[in-house]
Amino acid sequence: MASFKSTKIPIYPKLGEKVTPDTLYWKNYKAPVQIKEFGAVTSIDFSSLAPHNYAVTASTRIHIYGPFSTEPVKTFTRFKDTAYSGKFRSDGQLLVAGCEDSVVRLFDVSGKVALRVFKGHTKGVHVTDFTSDCYHILTGSDDYTCRLWDIPNSTELTSYKEHTDYIRCGTTSKLNRDIFITGSYDHTLRVFDARVEKSVMTMDHSQPVESVLLYPSEGLLVSAGGRYVKVWDLLKGGQPLVSLKNHHKTVTCLSLSSNGQRLLSASLDRHVKIYNTTNYKVVHNFDYAASILSLALAPDDESIVVGMTNGVLSIKHRKSPEEKREMVGKQRMQPVYRIFVKGRNYVPKKDDFLVSKPVKSHLAKYDKQLKKFNISKALDTALESWRRNRKPEITVAVMKELDRRGTLKNALAGRDEQNLSQLLNFLIGNVVDPRFTPVLVTATEMILDIYQAVVGQSSVVDRQLVRLQELVEREVDYQQDLLEVLGMLDTLFATSLPRKECFSVFDGTSSDFENP
Amino acid sequence: MVVHAEIRMVHRGGSKINFREPVITHDSRFLLCAAGESVNVYSTSTEEYVHDLQGHTDLVTGVVLNPSNHLQVYSCSADGTVRLWDFTDAILIKTFIIGYPIYSIYVSEKHGGVVFLVVPMANYKSSELFQLVAVHLPHSGDQEVEARELSAVLCDVSHHPGAASFGREGEYIAAVKGLQLEVFFFKKQKSYRFSLKSGMKKGAKNAFTCVSCHPKEDCIATGHEDGKIRMWRNFNQKKEYTYSTLHWHHGAVNTLCFTPEGTNLLSGGIESVLVHWHYTQENQKDFLPRLGAAITHIAVSPDGSLFCTSHSDNKITIIQSCVKVSAVIQGLVKGDGVWTNLIIDPRSKALVLNGKPGHLQFYSLHHDKQLYNLDIVQQEYIHEEGLDQFEVVKAAFDARGDWLATVEERRKKGAELEINLKLWAYDELTQSFVLNTTVTAPHEDRITAMFFSPSPETTMLVTTSLDGHFKAWLLADHSDANEGFWACDFVGGYHLLKPGCCSFSADGSLLSVGFQEVVTVWSPASWELLTTLSQPPGAIRDLCFGRLSCSKYLLGASTKNQLCCWNLLTCSLEWSTPMDVSLLQTDPLSENIAAFCSQSGSSDLFVFKPSEPRPLYSQKALCTGKVQHAVFAPRDQMLESCEERTQWLNRSQLYFLTQHMDLLTFSTKTEEDRLLASSKQLMVDDSVAVTPFYLLLGKHRGQQLEKQEALTNPMAERTQLPQGSIAIKELLHTPAHVLPSASFLCAMFVRSLLISSSSAREEKEHEEGEMEREKEEEDSEGEADPRLGESATWGHPEEFGAPALTKAQERELRKVRTFDHSWLSSLLDC
Repeated sequence: MASFKSTKIPIYPKLGEKVTPDTLYWKNYKAPVQIKEFGAVTSIDFSSLAPHNYAVTASTRIHIYGPFSTEPVKTFTRFKDTAYSGKFRSDGQLLVAGCEDSVVRLFDVSGKVALRVFKGHTKGVHVTDFTSDCYHILTGSDDYTCRLWDIPNSTELTSYKEHTDYIRCGTTSKLNRDIFITGSYDHTLRVFDARVEKSVMTMDHSQPVESVLLYPSEGLLVSAGGRYVKVWDLLKGGQPLVSLKNHHKTVTCLSLSSNGQRLLSASLDRHVKIYNTTNYKVVHNFDYAASILSLALAPDDESIVVGMTNGVLSIKHRKSPEEKREMVGKQRMQPVYRIFVKGRNYVPKKDDFLVSKPVKSHLAKYDKQLKKFNISKALDTALESWRRNRKPEITVAVMKELDRRGTLKNALAGRDEQNLSQLLNFLIGNVVDPRFTPVLVTATEMILDIYQAVVGQSSVVDRQLVRLQELVEREVDYQQDLLEVLGMLDTLFATSLPRKECFSVFDGTSSDFENP
Repeated sequence: MVVHAEIRMVHRGGSKINFREPVITHDSRFLLCAAGESVNVYSTSTEEYVHDLQGHTDLVTGVVLNPSNHLQVYSCSADGTVRLWDFTDAILIKTFIIGYPIYSIYVSEKHGGVVFLVVPMANYKSSELFQLVAVHLPHSGDQEVEARELSAVLCDVSHHPGAASFGREGEYIAAVKGLQLEVFFFKKQKSYRFSLKSGMKKGAKNAFTCVSCHPKEDCIATGHEDGKIRMWRNFNQKKEYTYSTLHWHHGAVNTLCFTPEGTNLLSGGIESVLVHWHYTQENQKDFLPRLGAAITHIAVSPDGSLFCTSHSDNKITIIQSCVKVSAVIQGLVKGDGVWTNLIIDPRSKALVLNGKPGHLQFYSLHHDKQLYNLDIVQQEYIHEEGLDQFEVVKAAFDARGDWLATVEERRKKGAELEINLKLWAYDELTQSFVLNTTVTAPHEDRITAMFFSPSPETTMLVTTSLDGHFKAWLLADHSDANEGFWACDFVGGYHLLKPGCCSFSADGSLLSVGFQEVVTVWSPASWELLTTLSQPPGAIRDLCFGRLSCSKYLLGASTKNQLCCWNLLTCSLEWSTPMDVSLLQTDPLSENIAAFCSQSGSSDLFVFKPSEPRPLYSQKALCTGKVQHAVFAPRDQMLESCEERTQWLNRSQLYFLTQHMDLLTFSTKTEEDRLLASSKQLMVDDSVAVTPFYLLLGKHRGQQLEKQEALTNPMAERTQLPQGSIAIKELLHTPAHVLPSASFLCAMFVRSLLISSSSAREEKEHEEGEMEREKEEEDSEGEADPRLGESATWGHPEEFGAPALTKAQERELRKVRTFDHSWLSSLLDC
């Protein structure tokens, strides 16, 4: 004697985001801490030294924050105008910053007054960086020049005047003290070697370049400008490797996650996109409240810091493993569960006589009604508001089951105004859902058959019927359009594909079969 | 064509056990039911098959207990005989020859020596008119008795066995047919008829379906087509009869049965619910739902403790104390049709085909027993007529039996088709198949063929459909922790033609798909169309590749009476012959191909090798109708027949299903002999049900018994031999633990029996025996010796002891000798 088999609820593939290891990894951050700065945050830089403080350049100040503090541990305010590009030296002792007033200042992290002041640029300096030997400074300015300065005697070493527009980004090689790269609004990226008078390599980004980034291996260069992120192969003489267009506004900042496996790009469209660096597919996406100007990741991805145009600095810290476990543990310790499990986990002792109790299988409410052949009640329970709204697949599955039993018409019949309008509401909401259409169309037809005699008696139902009609008409038009597009695509594919494959895959019209 | 006597077509398995009402014996230990041409005896407690009563030459149509001897049973058959059996020992006691085909049998305690039979009316032999006759069974000592004196009781009765029933103490018999209930009183020799209106208006269908009489009171219960049960009372007159109506069933009432005390009435129908009405409180009823399939018969044991119900899916359920199903006897389910082909499960070697609705059944051909049912559809089956429900239409196993693919479909009237493709993985832990992937709507139209690729590297499934495409399905990567799932890999088509069949080559390197007249050959590795072959007119009906040495051949059967064989190396037609082949089946273990041809309403079989022009075996007029399903089942042990005609049966056996759903096979004489021998070997004590456990234990017991016999035998000998030898005395008086092994003693014992009577010689002999024993202990050849010793001493008495013996003694001795032989040989054998 078999037991009742419950109604099968089909599992539909979840629409929207797929859960991948990446999603889990990047979702594992706490709610962001937000700090209001005085102006747009243009640059964020992490110190490579142990506590990993970070310098935030906004308006005329540079704040240095500790990893978990919301108050700045240090502030540099000696700027006459907007400061730019506060950068730590690789030993974390010195900090360099440009300024709109064309002066570059070098600070001791523990001091307050500038140690050195480099004057020579004629316009605002947006780019500063230390070379890998720690004795030189690279600067790039709106006067189209980039220069190298010597720190000990604060003199200008070299100046390159090859760019024809503002220089807004640049980076130095971490492996070679003489090589650095700059990007400019003249759409070019230039690679310079301090030992040579001229640039050694030029790449055309075709958009004003906003940000450049070198891979740790320094074989690949990433540049961002306009809506594009482009990757260049330096070892092949600056060949473009891939061009990514995932943002819909200018990309302002680039960053690599600490292990170099993921590339992050931030844009004025308020998104941060994360790419897999092997296939350059977007694996995750963060949304922020305002356009993003700067982005930085702490070593080991411990935190993500984002600076926005409205002056808000948003810091997300990674959840520690204990916290994560705690969350799960908390859910488990619900009292309901404890009561539910009481006595169930008792392990019988050796000499205990075990009396087995038949396990009562739990049936859902609608299944209980279906088991008793109470068809109208089964449909009623399936149409309960929470089930109808949150799990329409259950309602549809019950309808399908009733249809299979040949009793759907009986179940739908004999409903009053309120019930009927509920039913029609459900149909309006779901009839064009491609997952449910086959079942709901039959149900709709049945309802129209049953209730056509009473049309016009209730204004509520009439209004809904009109809505349903409009909906169906719109859907039919839409489907027709789609079919037209499909036809066009088929023709296009058929012409572009080689002949042999086309008739195997697309049932073309070639006729080359043999007739012995 | 020569009919070869050595190859015989035999019925294999799955006779109908639900054809007639089963009978439970008085002690409730056995259940007897008609099964084809025999009566099967099952144990009610273990549901095991005990033995069968064989003798009838046609369908057995009824089984009843002999009311005067509860260890005997009557059976009637369409061959025109009634046979009386002792069912505990399966002995045929008597055969009564009636001369007309019998459709059902009734007996009553009051009418001793009389059986009531339903036979066709003599003068309307061709028409569908039947009469109920009483037959006095003559008392005579003969095995076969002619009983041709029939006295008609009722004319124009239904041949359905449930349509007549004996009333209280056999005083009257009630029979129903159409809209009429007829009650015949034996005392008055008068019958009353009660008619109902047809009642076609209001949707009521009043026609009677079955009848049952209360055993203690004057009450008749009748079942009707619209699901009503009427209780008739006061019917011993024409006018003032009354009836009350009970209604629960929504379909026709198939069967009714009162319990022996009359306290309860049981009814069953298509709903597969056993309804249990209380006789005194007619509104109260109990239910036993979900018995699996429509109930066709109900029987109650004479003490009322056991019920059993027969079901339309060839099943008998035994129900204990009206609430608990205690045993299920399941035969080969023969549903409305077999849509899946016959398939052999590579793991269990079981035959797989459609079973209960929405299930696949695994049927062991060797044990003629259903192993299990696999629920494919996993949906509540609604037992109601006129509903379209999901049916399994295709199934396929991969080469190792790790994967099972099934297709289920449901065609609604006027609406679109619903198809699901399901893939099942074999789970080692639970030893069954577990659902892995469900693909809803894999194709837009019916799936015509489905096969797994036989290549061991890839598990690939190919389905062809009437929507003009064929699809290849592959197991997606196992990268995640959980198992992979199946996804579509390739969609192919050819000029929008509808593919009807497909076939993989034996190594899986080629796939051929038949698109109406055109055969396309594809490479599954690259999905390239390699070549097309065509031989119009006639669409391709079936395709198969040759095996082993013939793997370069591709065979195709077309609708226009053509069987073509292409050579794939030259891509040309090798040969073709005009044959209307309905089915091609390759033997997986040899080059042989079986082709079933339909010709003028019957089927012919040809077995051939594609490379040879002459068929290996052919049989005309196999059976009537088309053969649609056949399969080669590999044998457990290879037969070693070198005869040319039977060689093709050496490695595997060909099973096929006729239009009437009979499962047939071919067997050779040697095989049958072997089977017979093995069945004799397995004869066990019938009083105990045969279970695997019993067989295991029973063997042990048997051996022990034999040993005991060996030990007790000498005792018997001694009583037979008055003189008694000292050796035996000594043997019996020595404590068992100091004796050598019994087998060793045999030689000595035998010799001791064969010597002359003088005691002096005996002494000597005894000493000799002692010496010999020592000697034998040294070279330990005691086992082989006795026969030699025996033959050596055979002439002994004649030589010198002869005069001392009297004739009687000599006879005695000879008897002993012959006895000895069997005794010894049995000992030697074991």
